[in-house]
Amino acid sequence: MMQFMLLFSRQGKLRLQKWYVPLSDKEKKKITRELVQTVLARKPKMCSFLEWRDLKIVYKRYASLYFCCAIEDQDNELITLEIIHRYVELLDKYFGSVCELDIIFNFEKAYFILDEFLLGGEVQETSKKNVLKAIEQADLLQEPRHEYFNVPVY
Amino acid sequence: MVLPSLKLQELIQEIRGAKTQAQEREVIQKECAHIRAAFREGDAPQRHRQLAKLLYVHMLGYPAHFGQMECLKLIASPRFTDKRVGYLGAMLLLDERQDAHLLITNSIKNDLSQGTQPVQGLALCTLSTTGSAEMCRDLASEVEKLLLRPSPYVRKKAVLAAVHMIRKVPELSDIFLPPCTQLLHERHHGILMGAVTLITELCERSPAALTHFRQVVPQLVQILRTLVISGYSTEHSVAGVSDPFLQVQVLKLLRILGRNHEESSEAMNDMLAQVATNTDTSRNAGNAVLYETVLTIVDIRSASGLRVLAVNILGRFLLNNDKNIRYVALTSLLRLVQSDHSAVQRHRPTVVECLRETDASLSRRALELSLALVNSSNIRSMTQELQGFLEFCPVDLRADCASGILLAAERFAPTKRWHIDTIMRVLTTAGAHVRDDAVANLTQLIGGAEELHAYSVRRLYNALAADISQQPLVQVAAWCIGEYGELLLSESYEETEPLQVQEEEVLMLLEKVLQSHLSLPATRGYALTALMKLSTRFQGDNNRIRRVVSIYGSCLDIELQQRAVEYNALFRKYDHMRSAILEKMPLVEHGGPQDDEPGEGKEQPWSPKREVQSPTEPPTSNLLDLLDLLDSASGDAQPPPALDLMPGGSLLHLLDLPSNTPSLAPIPGLKVFDREGLQISLSFVRPPETPALLLITATASNTSKSDVTHFVFQAAVPKSFQLQLQIPSGDTVPAQGGPPITQVLRVLNPNKAPLRMRLRLAYNHFGQSVQEIFEGRNLSQKFTQDPVYHRGSKEDTSTSDIRILVFLAELPTSFPYLHSPPPPTGEIPTACPHL
Repeated sequence: MMQFMLLFSRQGKLRLQKWYVPLSDKEKKKITRELVQTVLARKPKMCSFLEWRDLKIVYKRYASLYFCCAIEDQDNELITLEIIHRYVELLDKYFGSVCELDIIFNFEKAYFILDEFLLGGEVQETSKKNVLKAIEQADLLQEPRHEYFNVPVY
Repeated sequence: MVLPSLKLQELIQEIRGAKTQAQEREVIQKECAHIRAAFREGDAPQRHRQLAKLLYVHMLGYPAHFGQMECLKLIASPRFTDKRVGYLGAMLLLDERQDAHLLITNSIKNDLSQGTQPVQGLALCTLSTTGSAEMCRDLASEVEKLLLRPSPYVRKKAVLAAVHMIRKVPELSDIFLPPCTQLLHERHHGILMGAVTLITELCERSPAALTHFRQVVPQLVQILRTLVISGYSTEHSVAGVSDPFLQVQVLKLLRILGRNHEESSEAMNDMLAQVATNTDTSRNAGNAVLYETVLTIVDIRSASGLRVLAVNILGRFLLNNDKNIRYVALTSLLRLVQSDHSAVQRHRPTVVECLRETDASLSRRALELSLALVNSSNIRSMTQELQGFLEFCPVDLRADCASGILLAAERFAPTKRWHIDTIMRVLTTAGAHVRDDAVANLTQLIGGAEELHAYSVRRLYNALAADISQQPLVQVAAWCIGEYGELLLSESYEETEPLQVQEEEVLMLLEKVLQSHLSLPATRGYALTALMKLSTRFQGDNNRIRRVVSIYGSCLDIELQQRAVEYNALFRKYDHMRSAILEKMPLVEHGGPQDDEPGEGKEQPWSPKREVQSPTEPPTSNLLDLLDLLDSASGDAQPPPALDLMPGGSLLHLLDLPSNTPSLAPIPGLKVFDREGLQISLSFVRPPETPALLLITATASNTSKSDVTHFVFQAAVPKSFQLQLQIPSGDTVPAQGGPPITQVLRVLNPNKAPLRMRLRLAYNHFGQSVQEIFEGRNLSQKFTQDPVYHRGSKEDTSTSDIRILVFLAELPTSFPYLHSPPPPTGEIPTACPHL
């Protein structure tokens, strides 16, 4: 299973953190700091996998964002790369040519999309269409606020 | 509050607009105050906005615990917007360790049973992400109910929630096992994904479940078949591969089911071959599936043709341009190398190529695999490559690489000379990173290769002259120069260039090592001892050496100081013994690869030296001690007597145990002497880890009415043995059963020859001085049968088969007493004990 997923910028600022294992806040911060440092230190041509503690880290850089997943020993690294790619595609389809700013300003949407794709560290839906459909329906259920006009805004 | 509360987007913008950390903190603190106030006021419509802002701030790293109760309130609210943010907050803020965590159980329960599908989805998601064990137990039945609902949206989530529950509370497996088989017949890929994951989890946890689920292997094969051959649905395919996520998951489950099970493995053989050949490998998705297939083939009891196919696929991966694929290939080949060694050997050249990668992850994997592929036929070329790698590899890999090369050299070295060369090269390149026993191994190796002494010492001298910073190399070089120094000066050895070395140069080099701040204390010790040895090997004047040695007599390092003082003593008082003591060392018994215990690792380089050197050192210190103790007036030591083997003596078989006796059998003690109340007994202990060593404890006890004083016990053994006499506990045995004197003797018997020992006693008893000498001849039998010797007075030597021997280990000088009459009465012979 995937133990956690982190999204961070090239400057090391965290944009999204999804933890599938129970850890204290302090530990999470420590892990995040260490990992961000390690991944940012890698050169561009290096391979996307590294061993860190007893986990395998799979990371990929899309524009200015690093997508970093921690998987367990028996998991398949190459399919994790596909998982990351699928998530990026979903974000792209939802936001329309997604960029980092979209994720910053609509972070809760990014979480919702991730929650429709992965559950408990495992893939729950392999069809892009179904995931996007579910998000749309949930968005429709959001009670409209008269002071907001655009979707998706809080 | 003067300023109105910001909308989320405005807040984010303002935070991003802050130029400094302090400014950002200010903005955030202000906003958090607003949020706290809003929470206190209980403003229901705006609560979700406030929480959203709080969650953003939390992501930046600021504390947000005051929002926990708000999450609960939001989850309990009927509005979907509230629930959505509430559950998100719960997942981010309310992990297992928080006290408020359990409070959401009720809300989740309500939502699971009565909520709409999206709401149920939210609840299941939160349960799967942060559900604690208690929550899982409480909600298991709800989730089970949801497994049977018609809607696939909820069902797929329920299945994965079940997976999480089983991970937290394994006992729940019983509940979730029955529905699984039915779930596998679903068409919906999401449910299938979940079902396969659930079955995988169940099988990993319980062997009973594993056996139960073997029946679904045909079903799984069918799923794969549908995906690979017929099912091209645009909805699920990625880069021409149908639903790679599901394929990988199914393959993983097949691997677990087929492991160690012939029947299942056979059922999946064909399908695996098909997947392996039909998958499109131009993109990562196809390679991911192929990789999983290879892993499965390797793990199950597959046909040999299939295994060859798997290894070939890995070989192809190795040639791929994509670094990720190469990494994955190296990892898998490492797993294969034990079982399919010859198949992997074919790809050795490619693996060696990967050593040259700049990517650290790749080169590490390549290093491990290369070391695993070394065998006797490719040792020379592989070592060449690995040594090239050693020079340029990153620091953290150096230790592994160095020890790997040394290990491989040890196992497969074609010639001794090559072995020595290899070790030397490793020490030169990566000396600081080798394990501590490398020095010991090398000295042992050189010592054993007599024909290469000259060659080794020359090469080491050159290396040392070039660079004295690599400690292990310096230590070995110092040792060699000390041992074989004279070979340096002799005529050139054919295979190396002629080396014109003067004695002075060698001495200068060793002094340089001694004085250099780069040298460790251990290295200095080696250098000092080497200098001493050269004093006998070199023909020239010893003044220089004597000077150095006396300087170090006041060194702050205790070890060096002791050595220097002892060597000083050797120069001054015991000059005649110097050449004997500093003779060439015999070959140390090879201890084999040592266990890596942290404390002892450091001592390894010392052990071979200590083992052999110590017989010479304690006697020196013993002598000095005895001299002090016995306060002898005479300073001129007599030349130590020679060991003379007794002709025609029957042999003691103490150390020559018959083969059917285990070496741990306790050896019975012996009483060797009993006279007028003074008894001497010997007890024997053979430590199990060193079978050639025998520890003898001699105990002298006194039951008579008069004290025994000036007691001296000595022993001698034939030349093939080594004997150390340790300091006795005293020299007086008080009367009437006072505390006895004990003295330990260590006898080393490397040749496993039968032991012969001669013992000599000298003491004062009843106002008379007594000397006794006897030999252990067939000790076990003779003494037990005849424990008491008729020893009258000291004149009575001729009646027994006793010879006088005085002990000194390994000193081939003459025995004056051997055939001489016993000394006159009333005197303690002054010369004898202190030699």
